Amino acid sequence: MSNWEILWSARDQFWSGFFSTMEIFGLSISAAFLIGCGMLYLLEGSRPRLTVPLRVFIDGMRMLPFLILAYLLYYGLPAFDIRLDAWWSGVGALAVYHGCYFAEIFRGARLTFPPGQVEAAKAHGFTKGKMFFRLILPQIVMQTRPLLGNQLIYALKDTAFLVIITVQELTAAANSLAGTYFIPTEAFIVVIGFYWAVSVVMEIIIKQCGRFSAKRGFDHV
Amino acid sequence: MFEKNTSEQTAVSIRHLSKSFDGVEVLRDVDLEVREGDVVTILGSSGSGKSTLLRCINWLEQPDRGSIHIGGQRIGVNDAGRPMPVRELAKVRARTGMVFQSFNLWPHLNVLHNITEAPIHVLGKSKAEAEAHARELLEKVGMSPKADAYPNTLSGGQKQRVAIARALAMQPEVMLFDEPTSALDPELVGEVLAVIKDLSAEGYTMIVVTHEMAFSRAVSDKVVFLDKGLIIEQADPETFFTNPSTERVRKFLEREES
Ligand SMILES: Nc1ncnc2c1ncn2[C@@H]1O[C@H](COP(=O)(O)OP(=O)(O)OP(=O)(O)O)[C@@H](O)[C@H]1O
Ligand SMILES: [Mg+2]
Repeated sequence: MSNWEILWSARDQFWSGFFSTMEIFGLSISAAFLIGCGMLYLLEGSRPRLTVPLRVFIDGMRMLPFLILAYLLYYGLPAFDIRLDAWWSGVGALAVYHGCYFAEIFRGARLTFPPGQVEAAKAHGFTKGKMFFRLILPQIVMQTRPLLGNQLIYALKDTAFLVIITVQELTAAANSLAGTYFIPTEAFIVVIGFYWAVSVVMEIIIKQCGRFSAKRGFDHV
Repeated sequence: MFEKNTSEQTAVSIRHLSKSFDGVEVLRDVDLEVREGDVVTILGSSGSGKSTLLRCINWLEQPDRGSIHIGGQRIGVNDAGRPMPVRELAKVRARTGMVFQSFNLWPHLNVLHNITEAPIHVLGKSKAEAEAHARELLEKVGMSPKADAYPNTLSGGQKQRVAIARALAMQPEVMLFDEPTSALDPELVGEVLAVIKDLSAEGYTMIVVTHEMAFSRAVSDKVVFLDKGLIIEQADPETFFTNPSTERVRKFLEREES
């Protein structure tokens, strides 16, 4: 049997690793998006007692290697009597880490948001919450679309780190096959194919979303 | 729609209004009454405090002293003399409609949804009702064909007409215009002024800051002149433009004519 035939016969392992990766990615990136939006909302206020610690937290996260955060959640939290299994530690770490990146991307766009639009909203009787979710946030998301797309790809790649805290995802599958049959090159080439394929699909989707915002004058496709 | 309202009901009442920025007094003890159905235009040179006055009326700026009542309801300060809670403030604010120099449409919403956004999400109107009303207003400002267009595809004059419809959709008791044509190319000024004239004929109460003298003269019931934060002249347009009582206004009008 050639090396490729061995991998073909073990394709179920790849598939299950792949689905596991997609599940982790889908869940954590959705949570990260919500976390980013939530943080942006909290930063809207002018209460420094809230905004200053939040900014420090966001920056602290962004300046932390992702792997350290994953380790911390998996190996460090039990010291505080919080036990998460590897899977939830991984999802949680990805969500918080990339949530902070999302928050920072949003915050940058918020700084250049036209104040006149906020005044128009106030003049029409809007209060903070509805103004944020209906008028500010949708525009910020459209405006930051390319950066968000980039962040999705980072997050997808970061899922591979979770192999180190024993999450059974795509890279773990490749790792175990590579070890069992001593065919690292082929195993990892297959995995690269998976990551690339998902990234390309995401790029296309994000680009399609660009038409939606371009129609509204936000950017050019 | 309805006959010009000639009752003596007060729509907006401003008393002893003062406002400073960084220690500089921008409004000084301003008193102004606007009756229902009246059109008041505010003139004055740049930096005289016109925008600040208008923005105090809907509390986009908070005055240092004085009071403002809209339809008898005080804005910004509640009965106990404390700052109004935000929700209450938003309600009083919504009794005024504001049109900005730079339009400030919401670019992610199409024309129709720019107009229905606040009626649905602030006033709690149904979608159907808000859209029906919005289409009437679009008709009124001559923008019906553009209901589905996005703001970035409109000319300045078209944007401003949509902005006017958006403000009208809240059925405000008074419309505030802050130099509605100053950001427009000269050939687009007329279409916006025509809409405002129509509104005045329909009996809307309006306060308009403008540099358009002919318009002010044609449309006003009262002309107010601000100079360094003081109202130095208040008169009917005929008197104001032909026989102003202050040297300052005479100079201003001469300069505007030339
Ligand atoms: N937010 C602010 N902070 C500090 N100073 C301000 C602020 N807003 C206005 N001012 C100052 O207050 C004065 C009056 O400004 P305002 O905008 O009311 O004048 P205006 O009559 O509307 O002038 P223009 O015709 O140029 O629009 C100006 O000197 C201006 O620089
Ligand atoms: Mg001004």
